[in-house]
This record gives sequence, C-alpha cells and structure tokens, in this order.
Amino acid sequence: MQELHDDKLKKLEETANKTRELIIETLLEAGSGHSAGPLGMADIFTAFYFHILNHDPKNPDLPDRDRLVLSNGHICPVRYVSMALAGYFPVSELKTLRKINSRLQGHPHRGSLPGLETTSGPLGEGISQSIGMALAAKLDNKKYHIYCITSDGEHEEGNTWEALMFAAKNKLNNLTVIIDRNNIQIDGFTENVMPLEPLRQKYEAFNWEVLEVDGNNIREFVDAIGEARAVFEKPTVIIAHTIPGKGVDFMEKDFTWHGKPPNKEEAKKALAELRTLQGKIKSEHE
Amino acid sequence: MLNPYLKLNPKVFDKEVEQRAIRDGFGEALVELGEKNKDVVVLTADLSESTRTEAFEKKFPERFFEVGVAEQNMAAIAAGLAVSGKIPFISSYATFSPGKNWETIRTTIIYNQANVKIAGHHSGIVTGPDGATHQATEDIAIVRSWPGIEVMVPCDAIEARKATIASLDHKGPSYLRFTRDKTPVITTEKTPFKPVQTFWTSESAKCVIFATGHMVYHALLAAKELEKEKINVLVANVAQIKPLDEKTLLDCVKKTRYVVTVEDHQVMGGLGSAISEVLAKNLPASMEFIGLQDTFAESGKLIELIEKYKMDSTAIKSAVRKVIKR
Repeated sequence: MQELHDDKLKKLEETANKTRELIIETLLEAGSGHSAGPLGMADIFTAFYFHILNHDPKNPDLPDRDRLVLSNGHICPVRYVSMALAGYFPVSELKTLRKINSRLQGHPHRGSLPGLETTSGPLGEGISQSIGMALAAKLDNKKYHIYCITSDGEHEEGNTWEALMFAAKNKLNNLTVIIDRNNIQIDGFTENVMPLEPLRQKYEAFNWEVLEVDGNNIREFVDAIGEARAVFEKPTVIIAHTIPGKGVDFMEKDFTWHGKPPNKEEAKKALAELRTLQGKIKSEHE
Repeated sequence: MLNPYLKLNPKVFDKEVEQRAIRDGFGEALVELGEKNKDVVVLTADLSESTRTEAFEKKFPERFFEVGVAEQNMAAIAAGLAVSGKIPFISSYATFSPGKNWETIRTTIIYNQANVKIAGHHSGIVTGPDGATHQATEDIAIVRSWPGIEVMVPCDAIEARKATIASLDHKGPSYLRFTRDKTPVITTEKTPFKPVQTFWTSESAKCVIFATGHMVYHALLAAKELEKEKINVLVANVAQIKPLDEKTLLDCVKKTRYVVTVEDHQVMGGLGSAISEVLAKNLPASMEFIGLQDTFAESGKLIELIEKYKMDSTAIKSAVRKVIKR
C-alpha cells in the first residue's frame, strides 16, 4: 500500500462524495434497497477500491489480488458504485440494480458479476468464507490479504463467533475484519435490539487484535489498515465507527433509513445536499 | 437371480456375509484422494473418528481442519476454500450438516456452485441406539431440491469408496450419504460404479424394486424370497439420486409396469419422490413406497427398527404383492 498524500486524500474524499450521489441515484432508480449503510460506508469502500486493494478492475480474477469480502450483502449498492467508478463495469449499468436480467442482484451473487468474491445477504457467513480464503492462501504460500466487511448487527449471529474462534485458533494474520459500527439495524438501535457492547472487549477475549477508528475519516481508516497488516500473531478487527446515512442530513443516524430507498423528492433533497457539499458551495456541482 | 455381469458378492445371501460400515469406504477414499490430488482438504466438526476422517488427518495434517462443534462455520469455510481452488470435503452427522447448516450451504456453496463435497454421516434409522435426534431421515429431501448438486447414496462400504472418488468428477457441490452400523457387503471391487444398476434380474419380472443405500440388501432378500412364490422382480440399486439416470430407470419400468421404492429415509422427498417425478411425466406406473411413513423412529437395533417401521424384507414383499394386484 502506498503512502496517502494530501492531494490523493482530497481526491478520495471527492470520490466518496460522488459515490454517495450515485448511491442515491441508483436506489431511486431501483425503487427498493438499503440507504443508510451504503452512505455510511462510502468512505471505506472508496479507500479500498482506490487506495488499499491490490486489484485490477480489467482482470477481476487476478490470482494474487487482495480479496474484499462483503459479509453484510445488503449494503451492496455502495460496493456496486465503487466497482463501477473503479472500472469493473460501466457506471450506466448501475441503473439495472434489482431489475430483471441484471448482473447487479439485490444481494450480491458471486456468479453474476466478476469481482464479487462471495454471495452474501444472509448474515454471519462472510468471516467464515474469508477464513477459507485465508487458509487457501497459506496452503499455497500466497501473499494476498483478505479483508472482510461486516455489519455490527450481524454480530448477533452465532456463526460470526464460531468464525472468530477459528481464526484466532489458526492465527490468521492474513485476515482483517472491518465492522461497520453504525449502531443501527432494521428493528432499531443495536443496543436496544440486542446489546453488542462491550464489543472491543469481546474481540479481545476471543484473541483478536482490535483497532478503533472514525470510519468516515479516510486517513484514519487507511492508517488502521497499515497497522493491521503489521500484526503477525493474530487476526485483526477494525471497529469503524460510522454515521449511518452519512452526508444526507435527514437520513443520518435514523434507523428507519436502514432498509428503504429515497423517493423522488427525498432523492432530490439528498442530491442537492451532496452536490453543494453540505451547503459549503452555492451551486450544485455535477 | 443376482446379475451375473456385475460381479456382485456371491456370498451376499450367506448367513455369514461380510459386514462393514459404509462410512469406512469414505475414510479409505479420502486417503486415496489425498495422495492423488494436493487440492483435496478435509474439514470436520468434532467428529473425526466417527466420520472416518482420522486417517486423512494423520497422513495430511496440514490439509485437515478441525472446526469444533460449529457446522455453519465449517460449511462457509469450505466455500471460501473452494472458490480459492481447493476441493474441500466437509463431514459431520447429516442432521447437523446439511441439517443445521442448510441455509449456509445453500448460500455459500450451492448458489456459488462451489466444488465442496458434503459427507452426511449417521443417516437413516440404521444409526440405531442414538435415537431419532441423530437419525437423519430427511437429508435427501433437503439436499435434492438444490440446483446443481449431485446426490450419491452408496449401498455398501465398497461402493462408498467408489462414490467418494467419483464425486471429484463433478466440478460442483456433491452430497454423499453414509451410515454408521455395519451392513452386508453387496458389491465387490470388480462391480462397476454406475448411477442405476440392476442387481437382481429376471426375464419375467412383474415389478421393479428401486432401492438405495444399505436397504438394497433388504430389497435383494425380498426378491430372493418372492422368487419362491413365483413372483419375479427386478432390484435396481440407485446409487445416485441426482441427477437421476432416467433412461435406465424408464427401461426397468417399461419391462415391469409396477414399482416399489425402498429407502432408509422419509418417504416424502427422497428416492421414491424422485422416481415418481420421472414416472409421472414419462411413464405413469403404480407405486408403493417403503421408508419412514411421516414419523420419527426411536432408539433400537437396526433389525428391530426396520421391522417395527415396516421397512424389512417382509414389508417389501407385502408392498410388491399389493402393487402387482392393482
């Protein structure tokens, strides 16, 4: 991973903002899907696709590519947008999301779209699949790294903890888990639905290295990835505190935006906000 | 008579017929595959001895993964290994895998057509004294509806070894169904391995018995005893339930008109259902179904259980007599 200079950081932040605009437009066109998670994770996906990953959008099956596994498949709009912007497929294809004959399934399907590492949607299965990839890499003496993005809510699944025990037992230092700690799930705030705290201590008790960052701060996140790569004795988790609905004032921190798309009016309002950079500039940029 | 072309065990009807556990054939095959193919890896969920993966573990410790009592984790790890070029075998009791982890397998293995081999052990009431919690009697039904899976149910330990080795020819998910107790050895090393083969033949058969797994032995006993009553039947061993060899199956039914299916499984969704789907479309025939009749079984010895739940040769003979009167 290259050093992150200020001019590159500025570009990444612009890309993240463009990603948010495209998420809103894509969801409006789809007519269903999830808003809050994708907006909250736009900075992290931008950091992965445009700075962290060793990958080649024109050669998605590159054997030595880093693997980016998305465990909580429902936030796939952000992954699709990042992939399109990175050059995996045309941006115009985003408008096929959730429609018939599309490669962009409502929840990601590995067999449908090159560049997806797994199929996901049913929760709690991503870390286990990432473990399989990490074991294979070790058996084959490959140096690629496996990153697994998870939601906080899916830590209510027993499978998640089965996976954490196994990864620690096998000292899988080529695996890094990222938790989108946005504190919301479909039925409400995680701490009301099923308290997850103390999350850090739980991971530590399971023999994981734990880092915590502001998940909407690209520099902080990139630095944490660098730190995680330097840990040799254990797998590492990065608890990324994010703001659900980030960038759109009326969606931020409101769990009712977990599982619905904006309507036409709401999308217009959201886009105006994103295009004026939260009112910092007067005319909408395009 | 026993099909002379298939080189079956000539002592199959002896009182002292050799008995071996079907799962033993799986264990032998794993070691053989491990030697031949460096991509073969094996995972178990705290059942390495009883799923017969121990020998592989000893020989190839670096390719053996103990996941503990965590069947969902085992399935999804296998999916990750498979999309990375490995050929994982996952092994547990069938009530737990593919039972408990059914959705995990569906999403991560089947929908991805990942090259994972699922070994379901302790299937059927032949699991015996452990009781119904451990007797998988719905596993064929729950795996058969998955698109793209191959389902194999070997009739003895020798066929289990051949089926396990043959599963590598299918570059996608396979289900292999194994049983615990020792059961008679029906085939020999020289018997060909094919999806459907007629083990008991007759020129004047009125009825065909399609049997699978260790129940093939009981179907053969019934066929031999029925001969004395001048009722001639065919017994076909269905070693592969999906995809079904429809041609061989229909050839058998064209000759006989009447059908009895025999399986150590619920009659709903298993072998009988699979065959009736083919016949209803192509060649409707009167059928009887031997298996568990929409009930759980209980603890007991195999011989006691198949008698009580009407799956022994006496029950099979009654089913044949009943169906040919229609």
